[in-house]
Amino acid sequence: MAAVASKYNEIQALGVELLSMSVDSHFVHKMWQDHELSKMVKGGVPFPMLSDGGGRIGRIYGVYDENAGVDIRGRFVIDPDGVIQAMEMLSPPVGRNVNELIRQVQAFQHVRNTGGAEATPSGWEPGKPTLKPGPELVGKVWEEWKTDMAF
Amino acid sequence: MKELKVGCGKPTGGAVGEVSEGTTAARTAERKEGPMSMARVGGKAPDFEAPAYQDGKFGQIKLSDYLGKWVCLCFYPGDFTFV
Repeated sequence: MAAVASKYNEIQALGVELLSMSVDSHFVHKMWQDHELSKMVKGGVPFPMLSDGGGRIGRIYGVYDENAGVDIRGRFVIDPDGVIQAMEMLSPPVGRNVNELIRQVQAFQHVRNTGGAEATPSGWEPGKPTLKPGPELVGKVWEEWKTDMAF
Repeated sequence: MKELKVGCGKPTGGAVGEVSEGTTAARTAERKEGPMSMARVGGKAPDFEAPAYQDGKFGQIKLSDYLGKWVCLCFYPGDFTFV
């Protein structure tokens, strides 16, 4: 969460509201903020830290681990219509890549801004060429896009 | 964030529209709407309401209040864990 918080300005600049959630109570969130997070990130975590006691929300998002009694690391990108555009789930020992979250949001926003007329190929980042799906592009992607453009 | 009154009871969050089992409302809801839909890519994000902590305050957050904005919802295994 501290890593996400350290990129908060960048994420907020994209117009994205962050919400974090675990099965801990909001009281424990306060303690974690006061005693640890505030020492990792200046000012601590600035976004709301939600409590999912009992994992009732985690269950409908498919991230609740019944055996461990916790919500595993799950990340959902939700567009302004309330539609889930991306999800990622990781088991507890591996942390997320916040830069990849930012890249995906930029790609989804680009696609939305073009009304779906453009698609972003593998590894797309702002400034890289997009593809314009249509009858002319069928079988011609190899002319427009090379694999080294993904990296 | 809607302010939350702090008491000794620990409030929990839940899906909006969720009703506790065994009530007449639960049975009616089950008949009418079937089971609650799961989160999936391309589907509506299931709405929920949950207690939250932000900027020294406790409050109540409802996902549907964020309609019209991009939202990133991050679940994690627990406070004070290592990663």
